[in-house]
Amino acid sequence: MSTCETVIAFLDDYVAETLPADRRESFDHHLAACPSCVAYLASYRETIRLAKATIEDIPPEVITAIVATIARNTPRP
Amino acid sequence: MVSVFRSIGSFEATSSLSTWLHRIVVNASLMKLRTKKRRLAGGVVEIDIDEYLPRFLEDGHQVEPSQPWPESPETQLERDELRTLVRESIDKLPETHRVVLHLRDIEELSTEETAEILDITPNAVKIRLHRARQALRTLLDEHMR
Repeated sequence: MSTCETVIAFLDDYVAETLPADRRESFDHHLAACPSCVAYLASYRETIRLAKATIEDIPPEVITAIVATIARNTPRP
Repeated sequence: MVSVFRSIGSFEATSSLSTWLHRIVVNASLMKLRTKKRRLAGGVVEIDIDEYLPRFLEDGHQVEPSQPWPESPETQLERDELRTLVRESIDKLPETHRVVLHLRDIEELSTEETAEILDITPNAVKIRLHRARQALRTLLDEHMR
């Protein structure tokens, strides 16, 4: 029987879908009856999404310059 | 990115290019973080991550029940404000956890790649990532409700 504590302790595995089937089923059973854990799960997923959204794209010209510099400095076979 | 060019001579043709680039970026980030910390000297203070993890009663229930967050903001201004809040909150995470969150959730490296770059075990990566996400969630929570 899963509790809030066991569900949240393994939430990273739940989100990554790497939990064994029996444990996932136990977690789903708990989530079906626990609005607090449902809210926690949704905000945990949103936290991951928001962190990802802070990324700044490297300008294409910088990438082109890096690749060109590496090509110049890599010995030819 | 300047350090990428400075380090170009140390690139070994046998290395994975992405791993090599990430190692340089991480090193540059760590240096930047240390410089920033010295400059601020009391400005941005890293949190004690244990204080930002969820707490539980003896029966396993959460001490403070979690509340749903609202839908994502609709206007560009609100989205920009939220992005700033998230960046500032990430900056408050301890460096050991902030770097793992950056490599795994922002750069989307694998657990194994992150472990190799930071020279720690994959299990340590996994633990730090989960703790970093939970602490970041707590930092954001008071602004999201």
